[in-house]
Amino acid sequence: MSDLAMRERFAATACKLLDQDRSVAVVLADISASMFAEAAARHPDRVVNVGIREQLLVNVGAGMAMTGMRPVVHTFATFLVERGFEQVKLGFAHQGVGGVLVSAGASYDMSRGGRTHQAPGDVALLDTLPDWTIHVPGHPDEVDTLLRGAVAGDGMVYLRTSTQQNTAPMPVDGSGTMMVVRRGSGGTVVAVGPMLDPVLSATEGIDVTVLYATTVRPFDAQTLISTLGSAEVILVEPYLAGTSTRCVAEALAHVSHRVLGLGVPRVELRRYGRPEEHAAALGLDAAGVCRRVTSFLGLNGTLA
Amino acid sequence: MLTMTDKKLGYDDLQPLMALQTGDEKHDAASTSTLDVLWVLYDEVLDIAAERINDPARDRFFLSKGHGPRPYYAVLAAKGFIPVDWLATFGGFDSPLGYHPDRNLVPGVEVSSGSLGHGLPLAVGAALGLRAQGIGARIVVLVGDAELDEGSNAEATEFAAAAGLSALTVVAVDNSSASWPWRGGLETRFEVAGWHAVRVDGRDHAALAGALARRTESDAPNLVVVEVEAAS
Repeated sequence: MSDLAMRERFAATACKLLDQDRSVAVVLADISASMFAEAAARHPDRVVNVGIREQLLVNVGAGMAMTGMRPVVHTFATFLVERGFEQVKLGFAHQGVGGVLVSAGASYDMSRGGRTHQAPGDVALLDTLPDWTIHVPGHPDEVDTLLRGAVAGDGMVYLRTSTQQNTAPMPVDGSGTMMVVRRGSGGTVVAVGPMLDPVLSATEGIDVTVLYATTVRPFDAQTLISTLGSAEVILVEPYLAGTSTRCVAEALAHVSHRVLGLGVPRVELRRYGRPEEHAAALGLDAAGVCRRVTSFLGLNGTLA
Repeated sequence: MLTMTDKKLGYDDLQPLMALQTGDEKHDAASTSTLDVLWVLYDEVLDIAAERINDPARDRFFLSKGHGPRPYYAVLAAKGFIPVDWLATFGGFDSPLGYHPDRNLVPGVEVSSGSLGHGLPLAVGAALGLRAQGIGARIVVLVGDAELDEGSNAEATEFAAAAGLSALTVVAVDNSSASWPWRGGLETRFEVAGWHAVRVDGRDHAALAGALARRTESDAPNLVVVEVEAAS
């Protein structure tokens, strides 16, 4: 499978939506523009490439929404969410209009590119704003489902694609409900998007419940509570560690509980190499997750 | 008499309407700099009315330079978009009228502004949105000369001309408030990017109306530099 699978799937689905719905527009800043070349020829007024102008990228999407269109705005995560964050903050919620932001690159897809192309803080940053729905798919098929649902609505949606992905898709329906992948009587491990495969491998033989989340905002507290065994929760997120710990704390405010947030640490690795090497260095491969889970649950570390 | 909403209010009523807006508003120079062009826009230029604030075909006015909004609120009241008795609430906790306008709170306000450098890029998006829907309405966005220091405007200026957004007009109120003015005046960079540009006396209503009339000569977007007395 191509290492651009999620991004290519996003583009293919977005092109179909452009054909089907005249209110849909795609706004680009050169990144992925070649994937939309044919669609741009068919819909020159609804496929807009503003060039390398990311402040304008975000505000053009918002401005189109102000006239009743449904914009899909796309570039790398760091340029989409971080570079023009005030445009995101004021262009959408403050104006009172919706839009779909779709990023590529994630936390360390471009491990060889260095820090300038890595955005582990994107979800945490968006989480400072009200009413954003945040999807973190783990497979290209899930991108298709989540994008269709996002474009059909009228709210503010962030869809975070990555070249890190699980082997097989899960039957994600876009409802935002976490899926129970494994039932146990001990603690709960919440695997977000591409972290499902390493989590399943890491927790093999450990008596925990494994939940799978592709929608992290709003956070599905109901499923966490209704499936809770012992009140010990481990979040495994493919972006900044601890991004969703406050959601777990709010969900379990009524019970004494312990929570561990695994993810990308704040430290700059200052290494290049492959994404798998970054995952290992950051403790986000199966071995690293297993080590942290067994330690947190007070099990002996033999499985690590 | 100003409490009568059925009275047809005119230009001479704007100063009393502004005076109704008490409070610790700190942008007096900025306020009065926009009074005449705002009046001309709403009285003579824009195809918009209080009964048509949700008409998809209406012209849009974006007050990007959101500070100093008292003349704007005065014009909106004079034209029946908001009740005159709102004006005295200016800046209050329960008032819809803030020191920077919010489109979610004030009927007829098209953009929530305050942070400089967002109105023009949003207007570019709105112009693209209208074009994609085959709507021929105009978009007029008012910026201040110092607001054009914000780099986001450069992104929008270059792209708007390249995209042929002839429905877009920028009104740049030049009260010489930029700390580091552009050499050659505001017009130069717009003209280099492919805009049509003209400079007019900001107190001359006939000149303003003429400069703000829709241009059909080309697909270039239009810059109207409105020169007023320097900010004190």
